[in-house]
Amino acid sequence: MELICPAGTPAALHDAVAAGADAIYCGFNDETNARNFPGLNFSREEMRESIAHAHRYGTKVLVAINTFARAGNVELWQRAVDDAVEAEADAVILADVGVMDYCAKTHPEQRLHVSVQAAAANPDSIRFYVDSFNAQRVVLPRVLSVQEIAAITKEVKVETEVFIFGGLCVMEEGRCSLSSYATGKSPNMDGVCSPAASIQYREENGSLVSRLGDFTINKFAKGEAAAYPTLCKGRYQTDEGCGYLFEDPASLDATTMLPDLRAAGVAALKIEGRQRGRAYIERVVKTFKDVLAALDDGRPLPVDALRGLTEGQSTTTGAYKKTWR
Amino acid sequence: MQLTLGPVLFNWKPEEWRDFYFRIADEAPVDTVVVGEVVCSKRQPFLEEHIPAVVERLAGAGKKVLMGSLVLMSLPRERKAMAELADDDGFMMEVNDLSCLGMLGGKSHAIGPFVNIYNESTAAYFASRGASRICLPPELPLSAIRSIAKSLPNVSFEVFSFGRVPLAISARCYHARLNKLAKDNCKFVCEQDPDGLAVTTLDDEPFLAMNGVQTLSYTCASLLGDIDKLKDAGVSSMRLSPQQCDMVAVAKLYRDVIDGKIAVAEGAQKLDQLYPLKKSNGFLFSKPGAAFVTDSGDVRRIVPAA
Repeated sequence: MELICPAGTPAALHDAVAAGADAIYCGFNDETNARNFPGLNFSREEMRESIAHAHRYGTKVLVAINTFARAGNVELWQRAVDDAVEAEADAVILADVGVMDYCAKTHPEQRLHVSVQAAAANPDSIRFYVDSFNAQRVVLPRVLSVQEIAAITKEVKVETEVFIFGGLCVMEEGRCSLSSYATGKSPNMDGVCSPAASIQYREENGSLVSRLGDFTINKFAKGEAAAYPTLCKGRYQTDEGCGYLFEDPASLDATTMLPDLRAAGVAALKIEGRQRGRAYIERVVKTFKDVLAALDDGRPLPVDALRGLTEGQSTTTGAYKKTWR
Repeated sequence: MQLTLGPVLFNWKPEEWRDFYFRIADEAPVDTVVVGEVVCSKRQPFLEEHIPAVVERLAGAGKKVLMGSLVLMSLPRERKAMAELADDDGFMMEVNDLSCLGMLGGKSHAIGPFVNIYNESTAAYFASRGASRICLPPELPLSAIRSIAKSLPNVSFEVFSFGRVPLAISARCYHARLNKLAKDNCKFVCEQDPDGLAVTTLDDEPFLAMNGVQTLSYTCASLLGDIDKLKDAGVSSMRLSPQQCDMVAVAKLYRDVIDGKIAVAEGAQKLDQLYPLKKSNGFLFSKPGAAFVTDSGDVRRIVPAA
């Protein structure tokens, strides 16, 4: 299984290459990619140089152009595809059907991956992308159990890629407007979820309150670790009581599921976190290299090696275990 | 400007569901009605026996009937059911997931608000594959709506204009989770909240609403004051999403405001009486979706519950 690592900056990409990633995914520094954070991502020149650097070490680079093109300015997304092709990206990761159509017609030789943002959650949907745009890989949304992933991988004639570590989307990716409802900025259109610019922390009667836009997302007692106020991992109330109604503030760690994911026929394993620092990238890549080597050798898997890097030091296998639902 | 009644998103008692549509057929001034369970396939069997009678009554009353597809499908039985729906020539399908496009094989269809159409080139692609009606995603701003609708004059465009706004879908059932149940053994607890379960912040501020695997807005979309802007942008139908209120009266009210029989201000006041939930239209103006932008451009936000 190929190990796919995130890179938010050229320096992080260099670290990921050095740490032994099989492939790296990254994006241009504009709204065409779903991690459109200030100070992050690649200029055109950086992308060209970084891809050339990675290729010297036999590492692939996948360019994510995975927001939905803005009406009236579709050219910006088309140009991103052209530039990724010109920079010799090993694949483009696309979410927007119009952009996929452009890529398939204009660059028929370019390898095309279906982004997790395209929400392809079953074989019929995947077949649509394969038949229409000659997609060669699909990144599966984090709503499927390992059994479902195995069934999909068996039925479709295309590679599947799954997330194994990092932030966990609770809602089907690419179909969530929660952030947009609270802040006016949308994952699909602006490439941001629970954007930092809309976040406030304040002290209130001895507790720390985190807010997103106009809404309180969580309150932490003195001494309680304060998680980032991702909207779906906030604490809310209903008539039934108060708590983490959608998901606890935990990170995905599918290390224990790797034997099952391999048996399921998954082609690639993806680590989330393009916004994370270089130390994180290096440590996560190295750890998963070790884990995969142990898996290949039939040794026991080193588990929990990454707990220190997870949100609130707590992890989940998310939807991979059916009981999550 | 036409009116479309969207599918019931909530778990209503089957007989109430049937009677609701009978009354819509007989009394509501809507042109098109979308029928079918789109949120959770577990609820589907309860409605099945009533669907033929509902479709017949609606069609008999001169309404165009569309059958909505599931938003998120993963089980083999869900895929099979959608394939059968796509195969049926008795009505047009409203596609809520791209899975259905292959099943339709180019047959004329509608596209629902759960499919990501954010620009004119994506809309053109779907039109080339047989989409003749498109209900755009609720979070699209007016400028995008205009740009898309103007680019495809032969496609009818619709905008989500009344009701709690669908914001997200998951594999996890939040109603089951809240009741400490597994999704597979959910006991259909979502039926206790036929209008969605209000979710408030820790400050008691109304925020979201839970509907099984779906998350909706706490607020109720109301584009009643934005009809002229939508018309001017090339929108040909407004979608009313069923809530627990007199939807016939809501439809009549929208019809009267569209036809100029009553003024917007009076209409808005009457709408608040019919359905007192806070109204929002922020998405249309690139503001937070929870906000309400008045005609003079003032932005109002939700206020804490009393």
